[in-house]
Amino acid sequence: MTVFLIRRLLQTLAVLFAVSLVVFVGLYAVGNPADILLPDDATEVERQAAIRSLGLDQPLIVQYGLFLKNALSGDLGRSFVYNEPSIKLILARFPATLELALSALFIAMVLGFPLGLYAGLHPGTRMERAIMTGSILGFSLPNFWQGLMLILIFSIGLGWLPSSGRGQTGSLFGIETSFATWDGIRHLILPATNLALFKLALVIRLTRAQVRETMPLDFVKFGRARGLTERRIVGVHVAKTIAAPIVTVIGMELGSVIAFAVVTESIFAWPGMGKLIIDSINRLDRPVVAAYLLVITFLFILINLVVDLLYTALDPRVRLGGKS
Amino acid sequence: MSALLEVRGLKTHFYTRAGVVKAVDGIDFTLNAGEVLGLVGESGSGKTVASFSVLGLIDPPGRIVEGSIKFKGEELVGSPVSRMRQLRGRDIAMVFQDPMMTLTPVLKIETQMIETVLAHETVSRKAARDRSIEVLRRVGIPTPEDRIGAYPHQFSGGMRQRVAIAIALLHAPALILADEPTTALDVTIQGQIIAEMQKLVAETGTAMIWVSHDLAVVETIADSVAVMYAGRVVEHGPSANVIGRPAHPYTEGLLNSIPSRTTPGKRLNQIPGMAPSVLNLAPGCPFAPRCPYEQPACAEIPPARNIGPEHMARCITPLTRELT
Repeated sequence: MTVFLIRRLLQTLAVLFAVSLVVFVGLYAVGNPADILLPDDATEVERQAAIRSLGLDQPLIVQYGLFLKNALSGDLGRSFVYNEPSIKLILARFPATLELALSALFIAMVLGFPLGLYAGLHPGTRMERAIMTGSILGFSLPNFWQGLMLILIFSIGLGWLPSSGRGQTGSLFGIETSFATWDGIRHLILPATNLALFKLALVIRLTRAQVRETMPLDFVKFGRARGLTERRIVGVHVAKTIAAPIVTVIGMELGSVIAFAVVTESIFAWPGMGKLIIDSINRLDRPVVAAYLLVITFLFILINLVVDLLYTALDPRVRLGGKS
Repeated sequence: MSALLEVRGLKTHFYTRAGVVKAVDGIDFTLNAGEVLGLVGESGSGKTVASFSVLGLIDPPGRIVEGSIKFKGEELVGSPVSRMRQLRGRDIAMVFQDPMMTLTPVLKIETQMIETVLAHETVSRKAARDRSIEVLRRVGIPTPEDRIGAYPHQFSGGMRQRVAIAIALLHAPALILADEPTTALDVTIQGQIIAEMQKLVAETGTAMIWVSHDLAVVETIADSVAVMYAGRVVEHGPSANVIGRPAHPYTEGLLNSIPSRTTPGKRLNQIPGMAPSVLNLAPGCPFAPRCPYEQPACAEIPPARNIGPEHMARCITPLTRELT
């Protein structure tokens, strides 16, 4: 276990280093931030001064070295635009995105698992076909279009739910969150649903496939031959067997839901990290983009670790590090 | 004494896209309390389907289309699912072929044994666990009070089969269906398990149907033998008679195929051809195409003929000579 964690830590550092290099070179190639930051009527002298103060006059390798050195001491640079530490900007918006992502995954699981289970247990029925057709729509219709339709129907058409912003937040266990107020929850429903639809389809299809693979196995028949109820067989034996792969996929998806909440946050004007990153890319605010990508990379690695640990808890046959 | 299990004219067919598979097509046999019946045949002869039919564990597209299965005088064909569930595991237990697959991999032995007890009796978990440990000890698991907390993958194949047998014995059933329980095991373990089961059923007066393709194994354990071919019983009688003086050419062929019966240096005997597909069975005796004694009269299905006391064969020219 300790060996496993140490090995993971070293892998994490290697990955972060590689990502930082790619990000830095990529951003350098995109364009010169000074062109965008400075007003059109700035003189050449002002321009040169600004470039020097941002450190953009140094060669790429020097800039990267400086970035790495600062990063190792926990400083990911100051935003060109806000003149604040970029990590602080990102973390300030992180709760809103996390809240959205967790709500979306929650919806996807709470609806997707039972629907997938039903579809897997009743193949060929009309209900199964309806569920599967619905799930195809779920992941083949473009996400942004689904978002617009949600707004059109539930905000504009029916007027039930607000379509933009985070609404009023309240404090719950010392954390600023939408869950604390009714207004906050109302604001959360549409964007969370939008973000959930794709994952919902995924969970349904995955669960169904797993159930259909597991039901013909001998241990299901042996369960019946022992006189267990169908409820016990499906609810305990089958559910626990398929839990490990499903948790793995959902865990991986949490990372992607956080990273790709960008579209949903843009549509619903959700004040999360995704919106910040889009704005920062447009303004070539390099430190914020770099910091964002490193934070997301770190999140992915962290989630993978948690998933691996969960997997061993769910499936006793799996041992960490491949050794017993 | 009335029979424990009486099977009359049982037909179990599978309605597949390719046509109707008559896996079991009219079999009869009777089993008295404490008796061991060997059900012998090649793969696809219907022996496993026959034993699953007794428990009502035929999955769609298969179903019992005709016939009667009486257990202690109670008709099981058409009996409601709830009643079948009561009988399964309590009055009729089953041991499967592959011990690697029959126990649920993600649940502890303990969990699986306790739930089997609780499926049929209202006792405390503690009492259920104590009884499970007791039964594990009886089937020869060393230090069962420690081993009961282990997962299936922590046992060897032979030990797992012992656990499966222990589960079958939990409720002291009147009948155990053993579906090739030693086929997947090493030869040395095979011998142990056979001896163990022989002892256990003799101690408790449990009747058993031992499904196998191995006449040599059946010879050691069964009181009577039913030989199945293409969904029908072609020979049935006391094991000493069936194995000592086979009346059906197929039984003779099976016996001659056992390597130890052949003189060293001589070519192994084999039955020419393959077991027929029960999907499109030609009319007449299904064994005729492979039979060395085939004659024109074999174009019609031969009736069951009595050869000796309780010894029946479906052949128009039953063999009479002693096997050498």
